[in-house]
Amino acid sequence: MTLNEVQNSIIDDFSLFEDWMDRYQQLIELGKDLPPIDEKKRTDQYLIKGCQSKVWLDADLVDGKVQFTADSDAIITKGIVSLLIKVLTNRTPQEILDADLYFIDKIGLKENLSPTRSNGLVAMVKQMRMYALAFQAKSNNV
Amino acid sequence: MPKVKTSSTINHQPSTINLNEIRKDFPILQREIYGKPLVYFDNGATTQKPKVVLNTIEKFYNSINANIHRGVHKLSAESTEEYEQAREVIREFLNAEKTSEIIFTSGTTASINLVAFSFGEVFVKSGDEVIVTEMEHHSNIVPWQLLCERKGANLKALPFDENGELKVDMLESLITPKTRILSVTHVSNTLGTVNPIKQIIEIAHRHNVPVLIDGAQGVKHGIIDVQDLDADFYAFSGHKIYGPTGIGVLYGKEKWLNQMVPWQGGGDMIATVSFAKTTFNELPFKFEAGTANYIGAAGLATAINYYKSVGIEQATSYETELLNYATKKLLEIDGLRIIGTAKDKASIISFILNDIHPYDTGMILDKMGIAVRTGNHCTQPVIDHFGIDGTVRASLAFYNTFEEVDRLVEGVAKVKEMFG
Repeated sequence: MTLNEVQNSIIDDFSLFEDWMDRYQQLIELGKDLPPIDEKKRTDQYLIKGCQSKVWLDADLVDGKVQFTADSDAIITKGIVSLLIKVLTNRTPQEILDADLYFIDKIGLKENLSPTRSNGLVAMVKQMRMYALAFQAKSNNV
Repeated sequence: MPKVKTSSTINHQPSTINLNEIRKDFPILQREIYGKPLVYFDNGATTQKPKVVLNTIEKFYNSINANIHRGVHKLSAESTEEYEQAREVIREFLNAEKTSEIIFTSGTTASINLVAFSFGEVFVKSGDEVIVTEMEHHSNIVPWQLLCERKGANLKALPFDENGELKVDMLESLITPKTRILSVTHVSNTLGTVNPIKQIIEIAHRHNVPVLIDGAQGVKHGIIDVQDLDADFYAFSGHKIYGPTGIGVLYGKEKWLNQMVPWQGGGDMIATVSFAKTTFNELPFKFEAGTANYIGAAGLATAINYYKSVGIEQATSYETELLNYATKKLLEIDGLRIIGTAKDKASIISFILNDIHPYDTGMILDKMGIAVRTGNHCTQPVIDHFGIDGTVRASLAFYNTFEEVDRLVEGVAKVKEMFG
């Protein structure tokens, strides 16, 4: 699936839930399903600042595509980061840098997040793009 | 008029506050959040404002507004009069001896920073000691750390026990001939503990150590009498006591304030200026640089008068009843643990629920229209002490109701179900 196809399928999934409670329940389930990050990576080096809860994020470049792993100590946050991973993992750095993440608005995440919370979301996306940028710069230098 | 009567508690008169009328005084309490009536339980962070306070601010801007202590004109005279009248309201509220001991600041943090700088500059030198406690808010740690770094002094902290009560019996051994000042919170914003500040002040004074009381949370939990306490300094913010933001107070004994150096330069703090020498204004103006927040001061005075009209003792007593009810109901939820179980508590409850992250709990409660605080509450040492990630904090005010507590309890039960 293309990046936008994944976004569209997430939007479809979430549109099934009219009640905010069900949407959050869905996020909780997604959070629980995301495998925990390697214990060795639960350090400040991988920690994203700007979240009220802690988020650890790492990325590798495998065959020209970025593979993200992430974790959070709060389940809802973990659910949100798992959505970002679904959309952005296994993409080229350029695809990540070009991505318009419209699904965040469409599934009612952004409008329901207070500034500090959306800072957390913004910080996550920013960090993912930073990884993409770093990988791209590295491959251009080779 | 319907009166809400609640059962009497041991140390208080039966509380009779007119809740229906009181709730009408706070327009924001009529709001709906996600289609549900707002339950505002974040009063430790800031309180809501009664209409009379909003009216004061609007009227001031509409009919008086002029800079104080400067103009020869009528408006300036009226504005100055209102500002100085507000100072008198605060003097009376704290039972300070003189209005010259009431300094207007922008809030508790500014008040503490003022003392840490101005007192520290004169009285603290290399090798000296400053004592705080382990339950302090960051605002009552960092200014002292900065002072200690500047002067080469040492910061020491009085610990607390598992209930969240200060180990006051250790204080005497912590004080040395090098101790210059002790700064302690009246009420812990995370644990709700009401500290025995009179006893602490008495111990410190026996060793000639002056004491600053951080009244950020304490100021709205009962009557404050700085003379009876014999406090050297008492700091608080207007917005935590139903007043506007951006205005706060530092009470200081004149004997200290007179010896302290000015903190910031400019405006009212000056008597004469030449390039050779500037002389400073008398108290309290010496510490009020720049244009004063005169409208904030008037708003704060209105808030205090409103609080008095509700009845400070009645309000505190009612809040205690709410606290006891909330504590009992929350503890009925299996897996819920209250952090901070001191015998003497203000209406602040911190809790954690099983291993559910406080942020998750807070987000779900928000969706149910319930405003609570989550996280470390700017008291990282307290959170570290208990080895947790943070807490969910419900802080109650006299305009809250038993029904709202029930909604919180239902909300927490729902959270438990969702994350189960």
